[in-house]
Amino acid sequence: MSTMKLTASTLAITAITATAAMARDNVQIAGSSTVLPYAAIVAEAFGENFDFPTPVVESGGSSAGLKRFCEGVGENTIDIANASRPIKDKEIAACAEAGVTDIIEVRIGYDGIVFASDINGNGFAFTPADWYKALAAEVVVDGALVPNTVTNWSEVNPAFPDQPIQAFIPGTKHGTREVFEEKVLLAGCEETGAMEAIVGLNGGDEDAAEGTCMAVRTDGLSIDIDGDYTETLARIEADANGIGVFGLAFYENNTDKLQVATMSDVVPSTETIASGDYPVSRPLYFYIKAAHLDVIPGLQEYADFFVSDDMAGPDGPLAEYGLVSDPELLDTQDAVMNGDLMGSNS
Amino acid sequence: MTDFPNTGQPRQSLLNLDDRTKKRNAAEARFKAYGIAAIVTAMLALAILLSSVVANGSSAFRQTFITIDVPLDADKLDKSGVRDLDVMKKVTTIGYAKLLREGLLNAITDAGIDTSLSDKEIATLISKEAPATVRNSVLANPSLVGETLTFDLLASGRIDGYYKGRVTLESAALDGNTSPEALMLADALKAEGLITTRFNWNFLTAPDASDQRPEAAGLGVAILGSLYMMLVVLFLALPIGVAASIYLEEFAPKNRWTDVIEVNISNLAAVPSIVYGILGLAIFINFMHFNQSSPLVGGLVLTLMTLPTIIISTRAALKSVPPSIRDAALGVGASKMQSVFHHVLPLAAPGILTGTIIGLAQALGETAPLLLIGMVAFVREYPAAYTENAGLFGEAATALPVQVYNWTQRADPGFVERASGAIITLLVFLLIMNAVAIFLRRKFERRW
Repeated sequence: MSTMKLTASTLAITAITATAAMARDNVQIAGSSTVLPYAAIVAEAFGENFDFPTPVVESGGSSAGLKRFCEGVGENTIDIANASRPIKDKEIAACAEAGVTDIIEVRIGYDGIVFASDINGNGFAFTPADWYKALAAEVVVDGALVPNTVTNWSEVNPAFPDQPIQAFIPGTKHGTREVFEEKVLLAGCEETGAMEAIVGLNGGDEDAAEGTCMAVRTDGLSIDIDGDYTETLARIEADANGIGVFGLAFYENNTDKLQVATMSDVVPSTETIASGDYPVSRPLYFYIKAAHLDVIPGLQEYADFFVSDDMAGPDGPLAEYGLVSDPELLDTQDAVMNGDLMGSNS
Repeated sequence: MTDFPNTGQPRQSLLNLDDRTKKRNAAEARFKAYGIAAIVTAMLALAILLSSVVANGSSAFRQTFITIDVPLDADKLDKSGVRDLDVMKKVTTIGYAKLLREGLLNAITDAGIDTSLSDKEIATLISKEAPATVRNSVLANPSLVGETLTFDLLASGRIDGYYKGRVTLESAALDGNTSPEALMLADALKAEGLITTRFNWNFLTAPDASDQRPEAAGLGVAILGSLYMMLVVLFLALPIGVAASIYLEEFAPKNRWTDVIEVNISNLAAVPSIVYGILGLAIFINFMHFNQSSPLVGGLVLTLMTLPTIIISTRAALKSVPPSIRDAALGVGASKMQSVFHHVLPLAAPGILTGTIIGLAQALGETAPLLLIGMVAFVREYPAAYTENAGLFGEAATALPVQVYNWTQRADPGFVERASGAIITLLVFLLIMNAVAIFLRRKFERRW
């Protein structure tokens, strides 16, 4: 067993690696796990129909993706960041600092957020106010903020069945959580008039009142799920009283296990979300590093293909999977084709 | 001569146990029972784990196929009429999907099956992967255009699930992606022999697939990625680890510095693997500019992770060679180096190999560090071992444990089966590696 030989081969490997310039010819994408399935569907179809290699799509979350996006320009950085929320000013500043000044923002469509429970359990017709009353950490009773003591859905709303409250909501690292807080808890808080009462109590500080509205109880009746929707589904399968927060696409692929609750009497579907009747939805984005457009082969084609009618249109595979098609898709197509940068007021 | 005090009681026979002996025997019996209980618990946990994985995953190795005649119409596939590849490539998989639908509808009419389903719903029986299969074979052989060819195409995930017991008529009634009528149509086609379920090599060779086609997802890219990484680990960690151990064990003076190094190596072996991922990201990607998601970076990170394990086991193997062997070699005039390389190292080799293989097995099952260097990804292109552009092992790849992690997060229930199938594959690889380690140890082990 000659160690000499092994050492020699090691040196050979190092030499080859060092001399070969590390370049890549595939598009590299990272970001939101909500956008991941859509990006994967597009990447797959792109690889099948074009002469470019299939893009590599990583997940990891919107924030993590945008952070890597903003690391700089060059082949060892990603070309596209997927995000389930718009990029923040703070992130644009961080990007600019690292030299990523030209960013193209692409809105691909909308994602509905639905409430679903076990298929064999009770059905629900929620309003945002119900969720606020059930999950708020503190509620206003007789002009004072007291900890929420409600433990049963029938206490929240007499029309609801006698079922203990057990909610599985996305953890704070998920973009979905923000939408849940703003579009459900805060809306419910305002709807019930609790918002005004809290503002009256804390001396007119609206921001603090919003914070109070969106604070979720921590006594175990609401459980943060830091994993994916598959974990939420597993929790609901184990506890028939559980009600979970899902993406519309996830629900539509598991309709044999879950029943969906209506929100303000609207059944969530791609149609009701597109029309704006269903209140809990959010736009999905991806961000392109414009400096890479001429360097990475296939990047422009991938972006064009993503927003094409064949993919993101109302009859395309993305809509079939659960994406709510953007009514302004035509504008987006033009913007991507022309490479309109963010902040250039196109 | 002293007399035993006569207490008036008869001396106890040794055959009759007194209380203290009984107590001690009972304690021993209890301890044995605890031990057996511990083993039974461990075995039970293993049995539950294995049986659930096998129950969920064994079906991943079988797949349902639909056999239909696809009319490859020249006027649809080749508008140029001269079999110009560039023109033919303009027809996308969406165009091919229509031809497949036509083929399936023909097959249903020919078999005389009545169904209430619309043409669009009937088309959902065929996997979305199938048009790509047909398109690739047409582009590879343009002369096929104009003929009607028989293709074995993947059935969609729901139909496949129906023949594996995952989907039932009841669940299909609630399912937005299929319907009981579709399943009954599938049954009718099966009766005609057009639908078959058989062993599926594609699960081991095909690349990953998106959420809409669980039936097409395979482990090909992941197995290649894992293989490349193991090669990098083997070719880097083994020589470096062995060289370091030989120096530390045989040549280095025993002083404070070597003590510090020794403690550090033991500590490194216990460092959580994610830390190596952070290190890899900082050094190999951000500083050395190696490609993200590449098996080279993955292999280097896993090399760092495995080195302490290999060094520790190699040193143990070297230590177990009796000093008399070294003394004898030195005694007949060998140099220190000759004594080590001619006598000690060959005798320690089985131990070193065992340690290396166990280190490799550990590296094979590692996910956490790969998360940070971009290998937890959707990758469909087979990575080449070497390309001009990307260098050695520079093309994006995933790894087996990563594929398990990815698939458990997918929405489609078909991926549960795939994830368990991937676990079975990973376990088989680990089993093989450990069996080789045991075999080598048994075969070459020397006792003194």
